[in-house]
Amino acid sequence: MKRLIKRLASYILVLFGLSILVFIIGRVLPGDPARQALGPRAPEATVEALKKEMNLDKPIVVQYGLWLKDAVQGDLGNSLLSRRPVTQDIIQYLPATIEIVILAGILMAVGGILLGILATKYSHTWFDGFVRVLSYLGIVAPAFVWAIIFILVFGYSLPILPTTGRLSLGIAPPPTITRMFTADYLLSGNFAGFKDAFMHLILPAISLMLGGMAQAARMTRTTMMDNSDKDYVLANKAYGVSENRTLFKYLLKPSMIPTVSVLAVDIAALFGNAFLVEQLFNYPGLSRYGMQAMLNKDLFAISGVVITLGIIVMVVNIIVDLIVTYLDPRVRLMGGSE
Amino acid sequence: MDENIVTIKDLHIGYRTFGGHVKVLNGVNLYVKPGEKVSIVGETGCGKTTTVKAILRILARQAVVTGGEIIFKGEQVLKMNKSQLQHLRGTGVSMIFQDPTSSLNPVFTIGQQMSAVIRYSGHAGATKSKIQEELAIKALQETAMPDPERILQSYPFQLSGGMRQRVSIAMALSTPREMVIADEPTTNLDVTIQDQVLRILKQRVEEKNTSLILITHSLGVARETTDRIYVMYAGNMVETAPTTELFREQYHPYTRALVDCIPRLSGGGVAEGIGGRIPNYLDPPPGCRFAPRCPKAFDRCWQEKPEYVNVGSSHQVACFLYDQSTGDE
Repeated sequence: MKRLIKRLASYILVLFGLSILVFIIGRVLPGDPARQALGPRAPEATVEALKKEMNLDKPIVVQYGLWLKDAVQGDLGNSLLSRRPVTQDIIQYLPATIEIVILAGILMAVGGILLGILATKYSHTWFDGFVRVLSYLGIVAPAFVWAIIFILVFGYSLPILPTTGRLSLGIAPPPTITRMFTADYLLSGNFAGFKDAFMHLILPAISLMLGGMAQAARMTRTTMMDNSDKDYVLANKAYGVSENRTLFKYLLKPSMIPTVSVLAVDIAALFGNAFLVEQLFNYPGLSRYGMQAMLNKDLFAISGVVITLGIIVMVVNIIVDLIVTYLDPRVRLMGGSE
Repeated sequence: MDENIVTIKDLHIGYRTFGGHVKVLNGVNLYVKPGEKVSIVGETGCGKTTTVKAILRILARQAVVTGGEIIFKGEQVLKMNKSQLQHLRGTGVSMIFQDPTSSLNPVFTIGQQMSAVIRYSGHAGATKSKIQEELAIKALQETAMPDPERILQSYPFQLSGGMRQRVSIAMALSTPREMVIADEPTTNLDVTIQDQVLRILKQRVEEKNTSLILITHSLGVARETTDRIYVMYAGNMVETAPTTELFREQYHPYTRALVDCIPRLSGGGVAEGIGGRIPNYLDPPPGCRFAPRCPKAFDRCWQEKPEYVNVGSSHQVACFLYDQSTGDE
């Protein structure tokens, strides 16, 4: 518990640093955001007025101070692009991304660990080789390559899965509860809607997670193979403990720690990879929103998106910390090795 | 014949390596009677552990059995299928490993690990967690562990080395077994703890009338703990005799050299040790494997492999010096 609080404090410091970094980078880059937002033909006076409204006329330290004062109260400024508060935009777009990332994360973790276990069980057979090749493919090809391949295959040759948007044409969006369409359809009991929304998640999620899954599978197999030479595995065998029970319990648990750490990084990377994948699947998520913001130098939106992602990564890290603590009693009982 | 718990006949085991096929076990013969405590003594790398791992069929993937047989209570171990093997390991023979730090799983509690062992023991109600706990507590109490309930909740890293090895002993004897194999159980322990652990082990197998195979490289440990000693050299059992007899009279030159190496309190100083070292298993000497180091080797030793000769009621030695049956005269 004390450990957790310590961690939390350090994460908040990191967030603080992140916000300063993004704030400064956004403002030292060339280009006038106000002019860009208003267009080339807007009169100089209007541009000046907007600059004043955005505090761009003040020194950068003061600008940051004013932004931070609002930000801690939940006001991240207004987007130049959508002309709405950034907070409102994030609330609208984030759940769509979360939906994809949750599905991708689950597929990645379960698929990666399972493939790793099976590759261990059938090590040095054709299946092990198959997983190895699959892993290399997953690692060498970035997510957007998979996205393009999937769009080609499932959009043209084999149209069984939707390749664009969140919903098919003619399907009414669900009532707004969590803003995650799949969850909202389920909560409102609309299973046809759920199926449609879910189908739209599949391809983006799979193209996003293949790299992470490949890494997790390799990591799991390597650690398990290393550990399978340990005496405690031999001892299990010597005591007649069944092979599968040893594999899925007594060998798996001590082998999971490196995999979980890798998965934590990969889940954070899912948000990063989503920038291109959402664009390709024309999926209205936060990453696509962030992409637009960056291309248009929408300063407050950029800060908002980055801070949001920072908070999410922080949450993922805390969850992973808790999992590692569960997996490794030495961390739990001795305060860990920091 | 079938009165033995385990009989090993002419066992040959090799390992596939990058350098080729190493022939480690070169016709091992061994038997253990019910309730008998036997030790295998020999240098590091002479095949002690390979021999006992073969009994449980837990050899490394690279190991190849090239000949011989292992009979456990009348059944051919080398021909057992998966479920027969599981039965053998779960109920017949259990094993205590050399290093309790690595033979206990670091991320499960002692209780969880003991339950897993008991689950496969075929004991009545062995799958019920309550019975598992009862048996585990009883086994821990019998190994003189203080506060067994707390031990069950502990992780291995919270216990001392001696306690961990006592846990291993408790684990091996938590349900009745015909035989326990202890592979150098005290090598990694503090000298002061060694004695205590050995005493507990000996006491436990005697109480339960369980047979014991103790692997050690220390004649002293063998002498204190076991009834009969096998002396092993380079994949062969060169001599076996009841403990007291072996210390009174050694026939094989290797055994004699080993006994001479024990430092004595009454003068004589430190012995010289044995010159040379264990042969290369890739290309071992064709005859007696000890011949290159043997002060008494003669022509025949370089050509033929010596078989056991009886030199006492249960004293056997594999050496041509005592073989009158064949030969040229």
